[in-house]
Formats: sequence, C-alpha cells, structure tokens
Amino acid sequence: MKTKNSYITYLMLAPWFLGFVVFKAYPIIISFWYSLMEYPILGDPEFIGIANYKHILTDDPIFKASIIGTLKYVLIGTPCVLIISFIVAYVLNFKLKGVNFFRTIYYIPSILGGNVAVSILWGLLFNINGPVNTILNIFGIKSIYWVSDPTFAVITLILLKCWQFGSTMLIFLAALQNVPTSLYEYAAIEGVSKLRQLFSITLPIITPMVLFNCVNVLVKAFQEFNSAYLITKGGPNNATYFLNLYIYDQAFQSGNYGYASALTWILLVIIGILTAVVFSSSKYWVYYSD
Amino acid sequence: MVKKNTINSAIRYIILILVGIILIYPLFWIIGSSFKQNIDIFGTLNIFPPKGRGTTQNFGEAWNINNRHILPFYFLNTLKFLVPKTIFTIISSTITAYVVARKKFIGKKFVFTMIILTLLMPELAFRIPLYLLFRDLGLLDRYASLYIQDIFAAGTCSFFIFMEIQFMRSIPRELDEAAVMDGCNELQTLFYIISPILKPIIITVGLLCFMWGMNDFQGPLIYLRSPDKTVMSMALKQLMDGDSMINYGKIFAASFIALLPMIAIFFAGSKYFVDGVASSGGKE
Repeated sequence: MKTKNSYITYLMLAPWFLGFVVFKAYPIIISFWYSLMEYPILGDPEFIGIANYKHILTDDPIFKASIIGTLKYVLIGTPCVLIISFIVAYVLNFKLKGVNFFRTIYYIPSILGGNVAVSILWGLLFNINGPVNTILNIFGIKSIYWVSDPTFAVITLILLKCWQFGSTMLIFLAALQNVPTSLYEYAAIEGVSKLRQLFSITLPIITPMVLFNCVNVLVKAFQEFNSAYLITKGGPNNATYFLNLYIYDQAFQSGNYGYASALTWILLVIIGILTAVVFSSSKYWVYYSD
Repeated sequence: MVKKNTINSAIRYIILILVGIILIYPLFWIIGSSFKQNIDIFGTLNIFPPKGRGTTQNFGEAWNINNRHILPFYFLNTLKFLVPKTIFTIISSTITAYVVARKKFIGKKFVFTMIILTLLMPELAFRIPLYLLFRDLGLLDRYASLYIQDIFAAGTCSFFIFMEIQFMRSIPRELDEAAVMDGCNELQTLFYIISPILKPIIITVGLLCFMWGMNDFQGPLIYLRSPDKTVMSMALKQLMDGDSMINYGKIFAASFIALLPMIAIFFAGSKYFVDGVASSGGKE
C-alpha cells in the first residue's frame, strides 16, 4: 500500500522534474558555455574563451550607454514605485467606505501594464501635443519633448512604471492589514502621534514586505523591454536602450548568440550583486517578529 | 473630535479620488479618442469628441489590420496559444504544488528549493538557450513554442506553484488522511478532495496566466514569424509601425478593442486577482 502510493508521488512529480532539467537547469548551464563562444546564425560555434566579456567591458560604447540607461531606470524607478505604493496603501488602510472599489481601480493599470496597447497609449499621452503637455501648458509650463529628449525619455518610461504600482501596493496593503490594531490603541493611549506611530510601529512591522517588494520590483525593472522597445525604440541616443533591448537585438536581430549570452550573464551578475546588497543590508533594517 | 475626523476622512477621499483619476484617465482617453476624428484628438484634455464631430468610423478601419480582421483573426490566433497555455499551467502547477505541499518523499527539500530558485531567476536568463533549443526541436513559428514549458510546470509556473503551495497549507491534513483511509490514491485525493477546495486559487492562477499571456509581446516577437500566425500584440505593433501612423483614431480604436476583453475579464474576476496578488506576498 505504502510503496504503491509513493510510486504515484514520483510519477506526479515527473513532469516538473523533466521541465526543470530541460527548460531551467540545462539552459542556464549551456548559456554560460555559449557566452564563451563566437556563435553566429550560420556556421559552427567556435570557442573563444572570455573574448566576448573582454570586448563588452573594454570596447563596447553601446554597452556603456545601455548600462547607464538601465541603471538610471532601475535606480530611480524602484524607489519611486515603492514610495508611491506605500503611501497609497497607507491611505487605503484607514477604515473608509469604498476601499474595495479603490483597491480594484488602482490595480487595473498593473494588470494591463505590459500590453502593447498601453505602451502605444503612453507614447501618445506624452506626445508633444498630448494631454500631459496640455496640462503643463495650463500651468504655464512649455511643452516638453518627452520621447525625443534623452533625459525625459527615461522619465517617461519611469512614469509608466510608476503608473503600474497596483500589485506592489496590494502586497503592502495586505501587510498593513496584518498589523495588530492593539498596538495602535496602546500607542494612542500613551499619546503617541500618528506620525510617530507610522515610523515606530507601522514601518518596522512591514519591513519584510518592503524587502520582498524591493527585490521584486528591482529584478523586474532590470528586464524591462516592452516600453523601451515600443515607446522610445531605445532612443534617443541610446538613452533608453536598456540591456534587455541590446540583448534582444544582438541575439535575434544580428544573430550573435555568443555575444548576447555574455551580455545576459553580465546583466545577471549585476542583478545578483544588487539583490545581494539589498539582502545583506536587510539585517540592519528588516524586523522579524519571530 | 467628530469634526476633525470628518475633515481627515475628507482629505483621504480627495487623495484617493485624485490618484484614481490619474490612473484611470489614460484609459478613458483611449475610449474617447477612438470616437474622435484625427484632428480632434490632440491639444485637449476633454475625452469626449466635440459636439457633432463624434465618429464610429475608426472602428470600421481598425477592424482591418494588414487585410486581416482584428477579432476573428488576431484575437483568435492569440487564443490558439493562450487557451492551451492556461489549461496546461493549471494542471501542471496544481499537481506539482499538491505533491510538494502535502506528500513526504525523498528530495522534497531539493524540489522546493529549486522551485523558489527558478522563481527568483530572471526570465531573461533562459531566453537565448531556450530559443536555440526550440530551434533544434523544430518548434519555431509554432504556437507550441509559447506553451510547451507549461506542460512541464516550467516557464512562469514556478510562481503559480508557489502560490498554490501557500494556499494548500491552510487546508487541514485530516482531509487527505480520511481520503486515504477510504481507499483513494494521491491522484484521486487531489482530484476529488483537494481540487474543490482549491477552486478560488485555481481561478486566480488561470486568470493571471491568461492575462500575462495576453500581454506577452516578446514571446510572440521572438518565436512567431509567419503572417498567418500573428497574434494581437504583434498586430498592434505593426499598426503603429505601418503606413497608418498618422491615423491616430484607428490606433486608438484598435487599442480599445484589444484592451476591452482584458478589462471585462478583470472586472468579472477582480476578487480573484486582488486576493491572489495580496496573498502571494503574504506568509500565511
């Protein structure tokens, strides 16, 4: 009886195991091998050692522009998304009527976010005659060339990222709702101000979720593709030519699979380092109740 | 005191409504602009067309992209990979999550660690080797290239497996034990006893998988080549590149048509989306 059951257990796990080996473990290993090769579309791959990496790091101006654009997007975008999400979640957490309605409405941009239609829409919103400039004009500010100015192009894409704060906000909200109300009641009796309560009770308790959201948003931002590809097309002057775009072009437009694999590994290492920094710093600011 | 509270909640409502308007305005702008003539679209904040100048002509034009119909052709193509993708994702994720959450077996710790690890791994890491693998397997330009991973609980399934494991932890183990006593094997227990309880989380997984698949642009861009396999996201991109670049009305109408099913699905299942996302981050 018992052996028969465990046999079925392994049978049920078999598809996952096969998928793990073929679609996860094998690709990641072989990808590093590819990064050490000159791998053109036609012809045989040729082993060239670390030449790809050497070229990328020492002799590739496009990579340099690409990494600067990517870092700007990630390092400005991530804190913006986290702060907006937290503030909105904080306001929503007060017992107000219609919270569920707002929660639902705020989540819509996130769920539509990656859609091509949204990227098209965003480009047109920030068009020289689009609504955003119309609003600026009302306040007496001159129209801005959002998409064709290198500085504003990155900002346009960061704003799109911020517009989609919904899922991050929902995770904060769930965490806020789990903070025991007795803590606030006790603080109120002691005469602690609302602001002090926010910094001394609320924020410390939800720091694990801040960490979770931070890593999540960071890793996703590093891989941004759709908005840069569709709205700014990587330009102007490669200002929004994010690494994912560069990798896509190298692999699927130029067919340099080896070079593109090396770029991928460099991006993975950067993501890994930044995530490790966030995690190792977490022991100073994340509070675990248990 | 009462007065202060009223003012406070008034301020909160004003903030909430303002944020809501900023978030929703762009969507209404799409809808409004798709009923406008080209020259009325820009330079105004009003989402409604000027009096007497509204038009439905844009929808007639948007119906045809590159001589193919938007819903009967492009949307149907999208469904051709999306429906199998969603079904496979639900089946494979649920089975895997069930085994990991509720069974004892050798290597369980390893399996769980690998699920978390693949969950954390950037998707980008697998793109090039998978493309080359699919090329060698003859999967290029086939819809199967977009869902074959989901048959084997790979791809984005790690996230769903994780969600389902979290959910299953709240189901009492006595249920499984009782089922085994009554002579059920694992598959029967999962199918007859656990699945009905899992219904809400299965719906969440299905909806999220469907929406993400609908949004997916890079997948079809890389894997699908031939014009008669073009899916909705690609069609929209071609519309933007094409000669109709000046015809904004048509672009808005097509975007509206593309977003409409998603918005409808979202409102029909908003409870599942909101609860699902909120709990995925929570440690229950």
